[in-house]
Amino acid sequence: MPGPLVIAGREFNARLIIGTGKYKTYEENARAAEAAGAEIVTVAVRRVNLTDPGKPMLVDFLDPNKYVYLPNTAGCFTADEAVRTLRLAREAGGWSLVKLEVLADQKTLYPEMEETLNAARLLIKEGFDVMVYCSDDPVYARKLEDAGCCAIMPLGSLIGSGLGILNPVNIRLIVEQSSVPVIVDAGVGTASDAAIAMELGCDGVLMNTAIAEAKDPILMASAMKHAVIAGREAYLAGRMAKKRYADPSSPLAGLI
Amino acid sequence: MHLTINGERRRVDRALTVKALVETLGLDPRKLAVEHNRVIVPKSAYAAKRLSEGDVLEIVHFVGGG
Repeated sequence: MPGPLVIAGREFNARLIIGTGKYKTYEENARAAEAAGAEIVTVAVRRVNLTDPGKPMLVDFLDPNKYVYLPNTAGCFTADEAVRTLRLAREAGGWSLVKLEVLADQKTLYPEMEETLNAARLLIKEGFDVMVYCSDDPVYARKLEDAGCCAIMPLGSLIGSGLGILNPVNIRLIVEQSSVPVIVDAGVGTASDAAIAMELGCDGVLMNTAIAEAKDPILMASAMKHAVIAGREAYLAGRMAKKRYADPSSPLAGLI
Repeated sequence: MHLTINGERRRVDRALTVKALVETLGLDPRKLAVEHNRVIVPKSAYAAKRLSEGDVLEIVHFVGGG
């Protein structure tokens, strides 16, 4: 695929970013990451298990030297909670690239955009490189970019819903106006959804449930890798114009 | 002395540093972050940071997430 994905000055060849939640085991997760060809994986920040410190740990299966860990703020409903979580993440991991998400309610997990923007401004002031989960509202997307976010990550549809890209027009508007990478985050259900996101001109796709909850997560991870590549190449190639009637592919001259 | 660690009230035998507490709990200090009374303790300060009665600590690490 021509050209790398550049986020906050770092180059990545893979345009598929995967989550590390909901897998049956960390071992399955690691195989899926391999099959997806992912270079970045999202991770959550949680309290350590004090009663059983010997339990399997994510870092033992997904090597932080091989994958870029992108700490998220999943489960945070205010800017304060999100900032607190990411300060801890930076201390635990030692890097500043993060995924900010501030959610509005449990039922929809829809982004709380006012709090998201507040949190983004605070984090950027503290030197974080903020990839931001957001609604597909082009106005807020612009505000987040103006605030200094290094990637705009609108939802295709609700987190974990698998409903696909519900508002391709808005995603396209965000792609056209943005000068930082646009990555569809949330809503992808199957390979064609990922391809559609990339055909719209997105720079990448972030997904978790579509792979983790597939009957065969490893095979789905591979399907997603190919879908993202196919969608990217189709976007770069430039699709043919749509026509209302047939246009024969074989010459009309020389017919018997 | 009593400490609240990850929301759980715990008794510890003696005055401790963050470094000693992490070791007592059997945790790998390279893989976590510690917050002491809402202020992050840098890894370099674990040995120097003394804990006092009633301190509230959060000890976190990375887990699977989307």
